[in-house]
Amino acid sequence: MSTTLLVVQILNGLQLGVLLFLIAAGLTLVFGVMDFINLAHGVQYMLGAYLAVMFYGLTGSFLAGLVLALLAALAFGLLLEFAVFRHLYDRDHLDQVIATFGVILFLNQGVKLVWGAAPLTLPIPELFSGSVRLMDGLLYPVWRLVVIASGLVAGVLLYGLVAHTRVGMLVRAGATDAPMVSALGVDIRRLFMIVFGFGTMLAGFAGIMVAPILSVEPGMGDTILILAFVVIVIGGIGSIRGAFLAALIVGLVDTLGRSFIVDILRLVMAPSPARTVGPALASMLIYLLMALVLYVRPTGLFPAKGR
Amino acid sequence: MAGRAAGRLLPLLIFAAFAATPLVAAATGDSFIVSLGIRVMIFAIAALALDLLVGYGALVSFGHAAFIGLGAYAVGILSAHGIADALVALPVALAVSGLFALATGIVCLRTKGVYFIMITLAFGQMAFFTASSLAPYGGDDGLTIRARSLVAGFPLFADDRAFFYVVLGFLLATYLACRAVVASRFGRVFRGSRENAVRMATLGFNVYRFQLAAYVIAGVIGGLSGFLLANATEFVSPAYMSWQRSGELLIMIIFGGLGSLDGAIIGTAAFLLLEQWLSGFTEHWKVIFGPLLVLVAVFARGGIVGLAGRLKELIRG
Repeated sequence: MSTTLLVVQILNGLQLGVLLFLIAAGLTLVFGVMDFINLAHGVQYMLGAYLAVMFYGLTGSFLAGLVLALLAALAFGLLLEFAVFRHLYDRDHLDQVIATFGVILFLNQGVKLVWGAAPLTLPIPELFSGSVRLMDGLLYPVWRLVVIASGLVAGVLLYGLVAHTRVGMLVRAGATDAPMVSALGVDIRRLFMIVFGFGTMLAGFAGIMVAPILSVEPGMGDTILILAFVVIVIGGIGSIRGAFLAALIVGLVDTLGRSFIVDILRLVMAPSPARTVGPALASMLIYLLMALVLYVRPTGLFPAKGR
Repeated sequence: MAGRAAGRLLPLLIFAAFAATPLVAAATGDSFIVSLGIRVMIFAIAALALDLLVGYGALVSFGHAAFIGLGAYAVGILSAHGIADALVALPVALAVSGLFALATGIVCLRTKGVYFIMITLAFGQMAFFTASSLAPYGGDDGLTIRARSLVAGFPLFADDRAFFYVVLGFLLATYLACRAVVASRFGRVFRGSRENAVRMATLGFNVYRFQLAAYVIAGVIGGLSGFLLANATEFVSPAYMSWQRSGELLIMIIFGGLGSLDGAIIGTAAFLLLEQWLSGFTEHWKVIFGPLLVLVAVFARGGIVGLAGRLKELIRG
């Protein structure tokens, strides 16, 4: 367990963490403010990646692809809100689950129809290709650092927006008690649309940023959706601060667990059982963490609602 | 009174349709119908248990597939050690899933609402990853079972048609048991806890204990479903406990109509048959099935059973 490996894995963990944060932020706000379970949030992340690949192919420029894909992801999110989700806000959670699950099936298959089932790739923009030497014997890809930095910047901007603007104040108020905000004369439908559109764009942004690292394929949003739910539940639903902290914790625990658990287990057991048990335990680690957090704090670390 | 007669008529129709399936298969020479029917009934058993929790107790479990997996692995692992008799495997399958339900239920039921959904998911995932790490029993790839369970030494399950009626018998027993549970004093308290848990508590009921008992009952029934599934497919794999499977089970019961045991069976059959039928047309059947689910959610409040009820009222005026 060398220091370089540890540093690399911490950076990888941070990268997963900020990625999860970008997705979880929208999810937790939509859930906290609108009381709407949006399972389709994961496919919006996938769509962001596909749109980036498409617009990159059309324009040949990563930046233009990024901007156009963001706009298209926003437009598509608002279309979904208008066509489907709007009719389900005041309905039972389970109606929302079945409808958004239907949207997942449709879009996962839809991208296969349009772009084919084979994984696509997006090249890393030339300016950020290559690696940088962080310390002796440690080369780290520049793009991954860009992903981490952009996630952190998005987090800071989001914090400023939510904590220090009028819209942000309404969003926080909405997460605490939406009917009361509506009763005070705020157009809650418009607030919902803003929150929803913003969340969609963040998820799309996450998809675009990781498209050069991961392969872009149908179903790539499903696993990350479950992880994002783990994050918002650990953080406390409706809390941006909670989502940020929980995302970093989950990202680090998952990544470090996967790389080091076999070595750690070997301290207390024989090498061969450690190699069998290790990977399973590593996959389980974040769920163990979630169960533990919920056992001690049944509404997450920073619950937004004062129930 | 008409509603009450319909309440008896619908289950009769459902079970008559199941009972006739092998006859239809024999008449048309299409033996695939029998194995499809077995699959539908096995998942209907698990769906009944889940509906008991979700529809009657508002306990949305997102880890129900774990119980199916536990039941299935009980059969697989015992068989790998040469114990292939249902008289051993079935009680073990039920006991293992019941104990898992008890242990996890104690923790899960501390939480409410969405947090309950997620903590049940967490335990489901833990079961899933544990199964994938069972290297001696196939790990990720799963475990092939040499033959279906014997019953006291007789190969009762070996013939597909005979096994069909065995599964039908278990489905009927599960259905009747669930109806009895719902109608009992226990069931009334449990349903009351869905409507207003605080009020039930002030009436002097320990709501937690009632919910825990229901969670264990549902787990045991899930284990039964897994026992049958392992026998039907002669194979067990971690995929039986994936969260996608748990999600599908939820979709099945919402599709059929929550809080109606008939709805759980109808929803399961509709889900699996539609999947089968649409995938016969095109490999992109999900493009049709997805929007269909959206339409059901937006327009058919209360699933298929709710839709049928409203249509009936409309016809009557």
